[in-house]
Amino acid sequence: MKLMTCPINGTRPISEFAYWGEIRPAPDADTCSDDQWAEYVFHRNGAPGVKKEWWCHTPSNTWFIAERDTEKDKVLRTFLHGDDK
Amino acid sequence: MKRLPAMPDEWLDRSRTVRFRFEGRTFEGLSGDSIASALWAAGQRSQGRSFKYHRVRGILSAANHDVNVMLQDGPKLNTRGDVVAVREGMDLTAVNTFGGLANDKARHLNKLSRFLPVGFYYKAFHNKRLFPLWEKMFRRITGLGVVDFSTPHIRTQKRYDFCDVLVIGAGPSGLAAALSAAEAGASVVVCDENARAGGSGLFQLGADAARRQHTASLLQQVKSNPRIRLLEGTYAGAYYADRWVPLIDENRMTKMRAKSVILASGAYEQPSVFRNNDLPGIMNGSAMQRLIYRYAVKPCSTAVVLAANADGYRVALDLLAAGAAVAAVLDMRASVPASPLADALRAKGVEILGGHAVYEAHADGKGELAGVTACRIDGAGRVVSGSQRRISCDGVAMSTGWSPAANLLYQAGTRMRFDDLLQQFVPEQLPEGVFACGKVNGVFRLESRITDGQRAGLAAAANAGFEVSASITVPAETESPSHAWPVVAHPDGKNFVDFDEDLQVKDFENAVQEGYDNIELLKRFSTVGMGPSQGKHSNMTALRILARLTGKSPQQVGTTTARPFFHPVPLSHLAGRGFSPQRHSPLHGRHAAAGAVFMQAGAWERPEYYAVPGKSRIDCIREEARRVRTAVALIDVGTLGKLEIRGPQAAEFLNRVYTGRYDNMKVGATRYAVMCDDSGVLSDEGVVARIAEDVFYFTTTSSGAATVYRELSRLNIEWKLDCGLINLTGSYSAMNLAGPASRKVLAQLTDMDLSSAAFPYLAVRTGTVAGIPARMMRVGFVGEWGYEIHIPAEYGATLWDALMKAGESSGIGPFGVEAQRLLRLEKGHLIVSQDTDGLTNPFEVGMDWAVKLDKPFFTGKRSLQIVRKMPLKRKLVGFRLGENHSGEVPKECHLIIQDGDIAGRVTSISWSPHVGRFIGLAFVLPSMSESGTAFQIRLTDGSMVNAEVCDTPFFDPKDERQKEIE
Repeated sequence: MKLMTCPINGTRPISEFAYWGEIRPAPDADTCSDDQWAEYVFHRNGAPGVKKEWWCHTPSNTWFIAERDTEKDKVLRTFLHGDDK
Repeated sequence: MKRLPAMPDEWLDRSRTVRFRFEGRTFEGLSGDSIASALWAAGQRSQGRSFKYHRVRGILSAANHDVNVMLQDGPKLNTRGDVVAVREGMDLTAVNTFGGLANDKARHLNKLSRFLPVGFYYKAFHNKRLFPLWEKMFRRITGLGVVDFSTPHIRTQKRYDFCDVLVIGAGPSGLAAALSAAEAGASVVVCDENARAGGSGLFQLGADAARRQHTASLLQQVKSNPRIRLLEGTYAGAYYADRWVPLIDENRMTKMRAKSVILASGAYEQPSVFRNNDLPGIMNGSAMQRLIYRYAVKPCSTAVVLAANADGYRVALDLLAAGAAVAAVLDMRASVPASPLADALRAKGVEILGGHAVYEAHADGKGELAGVTACRIDGAGRVVSGSQRRISCDGVAMSTGWSPAANLLYQAGTRMRFDDLLQQFVPEQLPEGVFACGKVNGVFRLESRITDGQRAGLAAAANAGFEVSASITVPAETESPSHAWPVVAHPDGKNFVDFDEDLQVKDFENAVQEGYDNIELLKRFSTVGMGPSQGKHSNMTALRILARLTGKSPQQVGTTTARPFFHPVPLSHLAGRGFSPQRHSPLHGRHAAAGAVFMQAGAWERPEYYAVPGKSRIDCIREEARRVRTAVALIDVGTLGKLEIRGPQAAEFLNRVYTGRYDNMKVGATRYAVMCDDSGVLSDEGVVARIAEDVFYFTTTSSGAATVYRELSRLNIEWKLDCGLINLTGSYSAMNLAGPASRKVLAQLTDMDLSSAAFPYLAVRTGTVAGIPARMMRVGFVGEWGYEIHIPAEYGATLWDALMKAGESSGIGPFGVEAQRLLRLEKGHLIVSQDTDGLTNPFEVGMDWAVKLDKPFFTGKRSLQIVRKMPLKRKLVGFRLGENHSGEVPKECHLIIQDGDIAGRVTSISWSPHVGRFIGLAFVLPSMSESGTAFQIRLTDGSMVNAEVCDTPFFDPKDERQKEIE
């Protein structure tokens, strides 16, 4: 079983975590076309590479961001939202 | 008897003899003997039958990695006799025989082998018509042990364990690695699949006591080191991500998490390939050494050693030391390298023949080894004609090469490289935290293996965070431990490559000729490596044959995937105990006492209905519903998600997550709330109550409680609004008091003003009920005057009792989930995820009024703007069956059919005492949604039921039941 490191609770087994999805910038809802919006809502990029994703440590309800290399199957780092500097 | 005098590291307890039965005959062994060693010591060389041709087989590896000796031991099937310790009173039979080992009726298959070509199953099953015939035959003749269905159920606990460094394999390199890692400060676990540690260090001796002493001393140090735990009789079953390794022992699986993992798993000695290389008496050289040093059994009287490395010479010396004669050492290498080992053998008068091999082996009347024909081979491995010469012997030791026990390295994602000098795959790039040492790492000389172990131990300790300064280099190997072509051709075949599956050299030639010239295809077509030993003794040779046939290098041919588990694990070890948490409401005890029949609702156990003795389920449900409509009843709704949001921007937050508006709500009001996801699909619903200007209390569906809270927490982080979210789901109890008499009952327990003017429909009030602080909402889910009362969970039972007592004279009783479903259906209220699915938008279910597209933003708004412009694809409508419907009633998910096409489906259906018919909700095409439209529902058996669209609510359409009854 894989391990994941929660920025607050430390390294825990992956079964304690929930994955939410890749962080993707939404187009401006007021100015984008219907097609652009549909593209954002329905299309995901499955190509392997480094992705930033929302993850939650469920027992403590701690949300954080994981930078993950899906090609190498490796979590590069995890941090709280806003600590990305 | 072939028992030798006591050996220094023997596994035997000579003071205890063990009596057991094998194939109906009684045998005697010593405590500590394996079944095979006890039989061998008693002169019983035939110990099993092969899988396909039912050939007589004996010991091959004595290392747990072949299935020549596979036995049924009472209810225990497929016991590997070569390692399993013999116990007093065992009654053993060989598996895979028809009528016993000696007179197996299937033994004639050996003579029919040319009618069972490679890919036989594959071809047989190609013909559809003959499939049943083949299936019947294969089911009868294949399969190994016999399952005893009366075997008692065993509950096997699993265990969790942690360490800094896990060392897999307790041979010389593993022991050295453990010591180095422990000396660097790491906590170390060493496991070994054998009953006792030491590995090859205690049996590959070449009659040299100094070699034994190296390993014995390492073992002594390991046993006395407080930082090392030595687990004997325990094998590492697999490698899973992030250094998670299941350790399997006789009793259980231990889930071991290590910071570093060292593979010191050694190598499997590979059988040489020549005609009749499977006769009992022919075994791996290391198997003979195991017999001698572990079980003090003399493997044979006169041996021929087939060698291609120094290991074979040591086997010859060990045999001599055990009192056996060595008729010849046949070295497959072109010339015999000069070495002290060869000198020692020559000094003892042993003939060593370079460039020689075994051409074929000969059987005696019992099918056991009686002699071999030796031959000369040229540089390409071809037999030199006319060079054959016969040698009498009762033992052949095969020592021509090794295959690394790299199964777990492959599973960990190691990149392997074929080393031409070693003739072996070695790790080229190891994953982070994984290390390898010893034979699996391509290091074979004893001193080098110990050094390599020290190197790996230090590296593993450093990886686990311990300070390490020393750096160690391991000298390169100079001699190849494996022969590149340990195969001798023979026109009559029976030169076996895979002993599990009875595959001969020609099978590979035929398979390649038929086009199966890729290692993965070859495996599937020929079934090489697919038997119980999973190719531990055959994959390497198969790969060499394929490489030679296709003119490729072994590197280009590549290996097949080694999947978990690396060795069979009893199913009981894996099954163990499951973990599925269940939630009970604080009122669970009250429900049970009232006769509740529970149903599973997500993680919750909820009362489906309350059983009354002598009454059917459906009568109980209808009676509960009738009580709500005519008197008063109480339901536990504590499974609802209960959230609170506080802060100046709490209303703004709710405006963004729900489709409705909450900033314009008055304090003391409640409002229905619908939640959508980004695509505009309805995801949850509930009621929002404004408790104060900056405090909202709101509910979610029972099933959505956890995920809604989680997602709202995330949005709160992302949006950074000035408000905080609290999950009160577990800390609040909630119950709905419903029915015409509900106000009368509640009035006895509170001094709050319950008049319609002071506490109107859809209002929320805080006060005390039965002395308990409560939040109360006037809701109408079931369509009656009613109060949803929310109180701290610890008072739940107290309030339940107080309401039941206060309602006694009004005829109060509890009602369950089924009655509630009927009552809400009569009101036409939908249940999210029953009457909606993963594609339902609010417009399809008539919730246009709840969607405020004029708000600046809410989740799903942009998508709903697009959906709004498109025609509806379906609509949720109410329907009813004919007045005098008889026969089967449609169920949820039965399809609605129009002109032979699917036009929708039923989402809810129930008998309505109020309407006097079956009523329901259904998705239909928008063209069919007009009230009065007739349609048909198809039952499971294909018959049709007539139904008709009708307006909802079915009951009290104007909500008059919520108005003051004056």
